[in-house]
Amino acid sequence: MNGLMLFMRRIWPQLLTLAVIVGLISIMFPGFFQISIANGRLYGSPIDILNRGAPVALLAIGMTLVIATRGIDLSVGAVMAICGAVAAWGITEGYGLFATLAMALAAGLACGLWNGVLVAILGIQPIVATLILMVAGRGIAQLITEGAILTFNHEGLIFFGSGSVFTIPTPVIIGVLTGAIITLIVRRSALGMLIEAIGINLRASTLAGVNTRVLLIAVYMTSGLCAALAGIIAAADIRGADANNAGLWLELDAILAVVIGGTSLLGGRFSLIASLIGALIIQAVNTGILLSGFPPEFNLIIKAVIILIILVLQSPTMRTVAVFFSKDPVGASDKEKETVAP
Amino acid sequence: MNARLLPLLATLVIFLVAYAVCYAQYPAMLSTRVIGNLLTDNAFLGIVAVGMTFVIISGGIDLSVGSVIAFAGVFIAVMLRDTSLHPLAVFSMLLLITTLFGASMGAIIHYLEMPPFIVTLAGMFLARGMAYVLSIDAVPITHEFYEYMQRLYWLMPGKGRLTLIGGLMLLVVIAGSILAHRTRFGMNVYAIGGGAQTAALMGVPLARTTMAIYALSGLLAGLAGIVFSIYTSAGYSLATVGVELDAIAAVVIGGTLLTGGSGFVAGTLIGVLIMGLIQTYIIFDGSLSSWWTKILIGMLLFAFIVLQKGLVWTTAKRRIAGG
Repeated sequence: MNGLMLFMRRIWPQLLTLAVIVGLISIMFPGFFQISIANGRLYGSPIDILNRGAPVALLAIGMTLVIATRGIDLSVGAVMAICGAVAAWGITEGYGLFATLAMALAAGLACGLWNGVLVAILGIQPIVATLILMVAGRGIAQLITEGAILTFNHEGLIFFGSGSVFTIPTPVIIGVLTGAIITLIVRRSALGMLIEAIGINLRASTLAGVNTRVLLIAVYMTSGLCAALAGIIAAADIRGADANNAGLWLELDAILAVVIGGTSLLGGRFSLIASLIGALIIQAVNTGILLSGFPPEFNLIIKAVIILIILVLQSPTMRTVAVFFSKDPVGASDKEKETVAP
Repeated sequence: MNARLLPLLATLVIFLVAYAVCYAQYPAMLSTRVIGNLLTDNAFLGIVAVGMTFVIISGGIDLSVGSVIAFAGVFIAVMLRDTSLHPLAVFSMLLLITTLFGASMGAIIHYLEMPPFIVTLAGMFLARGMAYVLSIDAVPITHEFYEYMQRLYWLMPGKGRLTLIGGLMLLVVIAGSILAHRTRFGMNVYAIGGGAQTAALMGVPLARTTMAIYALSGLLAGLAGIVFSIYTSAGYSLATVGVELDAIAAVVIGGTLLTGGSGFVAGTLIGVLIMGLIQTYIIFDGSLSSWWTKILIGMLLFAFIVLQKGLVWTTAKRRIAGG
């Protein structure tokens, strides 16, 4: 029971934000919650938010772990493009669905391994190390697709983008499953705690006997794997691999989702569920703007305002101010005691 | 020899070797025409990279510059279309806006103690969004003053043209070098990059300098936007996506340490020219695809980061051995 209370205390700001945004949209559009079943698949705006939000949610899972180690992975968008290109290339070359998926996921893992080796073994700052793949990644993806948009018509692969299982769209299932599996792995073992330890103090955790190198590489490989899944979904959704535009700027959305989820960019404590809710908040804002008939141009401005508000809320300076103005500030009562004591 | 000069020297050697390789294959590469075009085509990138150099030397990063360039182009185009203001008046308004924009990002970074990465990310969204709101479509610029500026050039020996914007970039690089190495502000920037707390204890005004650094980056991004609008004769809100990455790459290839505290503005110019040279070579070759540019730049980035890492490592080791 106590654990559940703590958990709710951790994620209530994100849940509240999501509820307020969804509430606002549903006030303006009473038909927002209408869900229908057609062709054995659920349709409706809430489902659309889940479905469209799945790639960013997947990226946010990997990104949360990376940010918890005080790192950042700028390359996920480019990795999505690479893996989408590999998937499209594999299927058009006739390697079969299983081999194609395996190759795409392996490409994601290889990208993660590259980032991880640069960060953990060469000791390069994460933002710089992943910048290399971010710049070169789209070039590599174009090399695979030979500059064109590779299209395919393989039913099995398309299933990952627009198919459904028990009326639920496949991307949602992949997102939820990945989130659940990774949460179980990091929270039911000591891994999550060790990851947080690395983020709080890398040197101290190395000295305490944590195998930081292997763990850091594993974290970046997880991020690569999540990006590969997102890349397969994105490619399957449009039935083609677009090396230039697949996953473009999604790394920023993923980082934003993690920040909205309350995980500090300075590393340490993380919450995967809060990041997933963060990804849903971003998608709800996107869908809300589309539904409200506002020009989509306002999307970026609203996102910027959201980041600014979160920055102000998270800022150490603001916390000091809040303590100063609250009724029974910890610091003030301590001072009173001090004045009484002598 | 001073270890700090080594990355700069390495950059210079790579540039000369690369140029020699290009010259061996295409003797026409050495003509002043190619050099003139190299400067003109990369003028906006060079200007924005000078601002980025200051930001990175101070240990920060500015992701907003690409969006600011796009905003600048759209702002100029829309103002010239809808009002009868002279371009120079519009330019000064624009530079004021982008400078204030940069300064406010610097203020948020300093006073809210937030990582520059996420603050300038918000700035990137905001500037791009403002550009969209002004106009989604590309707006052509047809003003006689623009045509006048585009015709301005100095004919170099060998019929190469040093255009107004190419010359402007060289001026910005020279002014940036003086600002970085010969003024108190420049010293303060290096000091903050070496360690903000130490700098504050030495009496560097952190708040003022941080705001000035990002204001300078905003100003130069605005100037780059003007140059880009002269270069393309249009303003388009989807233009210059990802230029911030090119600028960061140019700064790193130019030998500036991404950890801050060490670097040269002149190195950034060479970094920009190396990137331009790769592109020119690919155009000359004709059979290579343009995506090789990105892969080659990524490889260069990797090489330079490893070189820097090795340098930092050896100097640290020497210091331990000496002390």
